[in-house]
Amino acid sequence: MRLTCTVNGTEQLVDDVWEGESLLYVLRERMGLPGSKNACEQGECGSCTVYLDGLPVCACLVAAGQAEGREVGTVEGLAAGGELHPVQQAFLDAGAVQCGFCTPGLLVATDDLVGRALAEGRRPADAEIREALAGNLCRCTGYEKVLDAVRLAADRMAEEAR
Amino acid sequence: MEFLQPTTWEEAVETKAAHPDAVPIAGGTDVMVAVNFGRLRPARLLDLTRVPDLQQWDTEDGVVRLGAGVPYARVIGELGDRLPGLAMAARTIGSPQIRNRGTVGGNLATASPAGDAHPALLAADAEVEVASVRGTRRIPVADFYTGVKRSALADDELVAAVRITPPSGPQQYSKIGTRNAMVIAVAAFGLALHPDRRAVGTGIGSAAPTPRRAPAAEEFLAGELDGLWDSRAELPPATAARFGELVAGAAAPIDDVRGTARYRVHALSVMARRTLTWAWAEYRKGETRCA
Ligand SMILES: Cc1cc2nc3c(=O)[nH]c(=O)nc-3n(C[C@H](O)[C@H](O)[C@H](O)COP(=O)(O)OP(=O)(O)OC[C@H]3O[C@@H](n4cnc5c(N)ncnc54)[C@H](O)[C@@H]3O)c2cc1C
Ligand code: FES
Ligand code: FES
Repeated sequence: MRLTCTVNGTEQLVDDVWEGESLLYVLRERMGLPGSKNACEQGECGSCTVYLDGLPVCACLVAAGQAEGREVGTVEGLAAGGELHPVQQAFLDAGAVQCGFCTPGLLVATDDLVGRALAEGRRPADAEIREALAGNLCRCTGYEKVLDAVRLAADRMAEEAR
Repeated sequence: MEFLQPTTWEEAVETKAAHPDAVPIAGGTDVMVAVNFGRLRPARLLDLTRVPDLQQWDTEDGVVRLGAGVPYARVIGELGDRLPGLAMAARTIGSPQIRNRGTVGGNLATASPAGDAHPALLAADAEVEVASVRGTRRIPVADFYTGVKRSALADDELVAAVRITPPSGPQQYSKIGTRNAMVIAVAAFGLALHPDRRAVGTGIGSAAPTPRRAPAAEEFLAGELDGLWDSRAELPPATAARFGELVAGAAAPIDDVRGTARYRVHALSVMARRTLTWAWAEYRKGETRCA
């Protein structure tokens, strides 16, 4: 089947999509966007987290056809104009990236969390950060640096927004 | 494989009648796992995410009619005030990503004994509204579950909605698992107090072949509360303990990788006692709602 959807603001059209395929497979194997990672294919790890119509979801659990006509946002869409997104920069600066496999999913989940909190004029509380990232597994960092990165990103983005 | 995408409820129901073998897909959080792992290769997938009727909820005569396709995140955000028991259960489901997609309709159709919506729906005396080209019927949720991952849904039927009269008293949900996120319940318990009709609702999860109520516990407690609803007096600890025992007695659990039957029974008695203690404390304060 044919699939058309908007990915990171660009209209994408792909043919010969198998009906049982996931959005994750389409992104990685058909659209040349391998940023979203495939680690479990069962919604457990969050490394495939993307925005679907503005909400973070596991791309591995979205049937390709369900994305027809929808807006998808992947980690590739975070950085604008060759500059790292503040969330990406914060992950680097805080040492929250080791093997990097979980990073794309964490970046999207963090971007969503920080975006929502700042829109309400506040920084995310620690409990909220833990809750928001509960669906993203990392086998390397032990999460402390990830929490640091989220706080750093929120601080910097709040600063920028002022 | 065919990918069918009805855009209206009529079309969805007709498509299901024409292709009873078509597998509905809503949030995909059960279906896609099975497809990804090659356990499910249906000839047809029937995507329900484009059917506007399923994505809505409304209230009629005080009854909340929750469209089968409303994801948990919206149940929590939009119905947490009216249906705190269901919202509490929904908060324990998966992760934010899962709650942005997974639906009560999907939970019902999967009919897993561990599904977290079930105990809350049982405690609230919910009704499942199912429909086909033959018509619509309402099934009391307790009759909806017919066996392990089996439901009263016929091949040509779809879940349209679940109808819930918001319980007039406090509600609680308790779930045992290895961590706070992303766990299938080892055992779970939902409780609703119905002071308006002087009744008690219960729901047991993950401790029997199907989700089920604990009728003896409900009757016992309703009897004990008979003199207490008006006075809002303290609940004797022995009453809460006995309630816990009776809830545990209604379970028929098995040993499996997540826990032993003995542990499940014990956990249920503790959860039932505690949730009752919390709910009664809230009732005594005169608050009937907490989100
Ligand atoms: C990582 C992960 C964690 C999870 N954690 C939990 C948890 O903590 N608690 C829990 O209870 N569940 C959990 N689940 C299971 C799942 O998320 C829930 O069962 C969810 O409610 C399924 O809803 P869905 O919309 O995604 O269903 P889908 O996967 O789309 O469908 C599920 C079933 O329902 C059928 N169906 C869907 N909608 C309808 C309809 N309107 N009419 C008829 N049939 C229909 C489908 O054909 C399928 O058989 C988890 C799943 C994953 C992947
Ligand atoms: S690959 Fe999708 S959650 Fe793990
Ligand atoms: S950095 Fe390796 S899994 Fe997170």
